[in-house]
Amino acid sequence: MEHKKINLTLKVWRQQDANAKGKFADYKVSVSPDSSFLEMLDDINNDLEKKGMEPITFESDCREGICGTCGLVINGQPHGPIPRIATCQLHMRNFKEGDTIYVEPFRAKAFPIIKDLMVDRSAMDRIMEAGGFISVNTLSVPDGNSIPIPKEVASEAMDAASCIGCGACVAACKNASAMLFVSAKVSQFALLPQGQPERYIRVDEMVKAMDQYGFGNCSNTYACEAECPKGVSIKNIARMNRDYFMAKIK
Amino acid sequence: MGWVWKSLNSSIGKKFVMAVTGVALMLFLVIHLAGNMSLYGGKDAFNNYVGLLEHIKPFIRVIEVILGLVFAFHIFNGIRLWIQNKQARPLPYSVNGSRKNTTVFSRTAFITGSIVFIFLVIHLQSIWYVFNFSGVEEDLYTLTTDWMRVGWYAALYFVAILLLGFHLNHGFQSAFQTFGWNNSKYFPFIKKFGTFFALVITIGFGSIPVYFFLLGGK
Ligand code: SF4
Ligand code: FES
Repeated sequence: MEHKKINLTLKVWRQQDANAKGKFADYKVSVSPDSSFLEMLDDINNDLEKKGMEPITFESDCREGICGTCGLVINGQPHGPIPRIATCQLHMRNFKEGDTIYVEPFRAKAFPIIKDLMVDRSAMDRIMEAGGFISVNTLSVPDGNSIPIPKEVASEAMDAASCIGCGACVAACKNASAMLFVSAKVSQFALLPQGQPERYIRVDEMVKAMDQYGFGNCSNTYACEAECPKGVSIKNIARMNRDYFMAKIK
Repeated sequence: MGWVWKSLNSSIGKKFVMAVTGVALMLFLVIHLAGNMSLYGGKDAFNNYVGLLEHIKPFIRVIEVILGLVFAFHIFNGIRLWIQNKQARPLPYSVNGSRKNTTVFSRTAFITGSIVFIFLVIHLQSIWYVFNFSGVEEDLYTLTTDWMRVGWYAALYFVAILLLGFHLNHGFQSAFQTFGWNNSKYFPFIKKFGTFFALVITIGFGSIPVYFFLLGGK
């Protein structure tokens, strides 16, 4: 039995390429509440292609909230209105009959638009290349309890490591700052023994890279934390500030 | 020394400068407020206090120069941050939805700071400059309270102090976060204390125009 469908008006940002001027295009859709947001876009695209029109460009990969590829700003909120999920985990049951939904790309100078809703987030990869790794081979997972690490510390490191690199923190920040992302990547190493040898070089290099790509400066407004699909804490930013200071006076 | 300059110019360095100068300015506010409270003791109490400061004038002059530099750094850096942060998102969102978790105080720190700055200039010109350099032989109590009885000045003073309170409510907790002192054990307390501090400053200074203008204090 077919479920009742809801009727929505989508205003989707369409932009030919990085330099073109973009604008919203309207799409009237009738969609099942059980459909995911991205499935709805897939349907629209099928329709558009049937009519010989250009489909909407957007990114996704795993569609289960673990890869960080998807990322749309829905009604002004990165990853949409529901906290702690990625765009691919958003379902249409969260919208009401007759709603108008604005769909925009992540907006930041550091994330130039490639096309429509797809942005170039490679600046984040450059930051990772600058220091988001451990240079020595740490081999496979050590035996449980062979390196004693208090549970709280392990959990904190794990929370930091849960960052999927989606860039929603940049998109949410009024300054388009990448501090939450970078601090998560700095913290996941800074908290564990394997990360200690390069702890201060790492933070120094990663911040330097971050500053190069035109991200804004953090002004401690904390919007990032609320929009992060993994709930990465701003305490990581505090840790990074501290480590950066230590790196400088060492 | 090149590394110091470079470090302070980095994104985190600029935050650091804002925080250090901000804390210094908060200390100044506490001292300024304590002094101003003697206004309530009447003409003699206040002028005695001013006389005390006159005694150590050379020292006060040095402090004033340092204070001026601290202000300059805080303001200059704030403007630079604001410009860079505007540039980091050339095209704003059509729907502004990312406000969860943020406070109006944090979002408006630049605007409140700017208005306080305008007030600061007028305040320095009308009181500090006139008293120190204009050659007008008026005691500071009369000078100050006369201004407080001028409607627009009292109103401007009051509004500026209110916005200063907003600014501090953001600034206090923000400084701790910038120094890396954020921990679930004490950060909630810091936030509350920051609000308390902002309230004390707002009520303390804000009461002065109310007392002299509205209540006709003498
Ligand atoms: S910190 Fe959160 S919002 Fe930022 S990139 Fe990582 S997962 Fe995405
Ligand atoms: S597509 Fe992988 S997180 Fe959404």
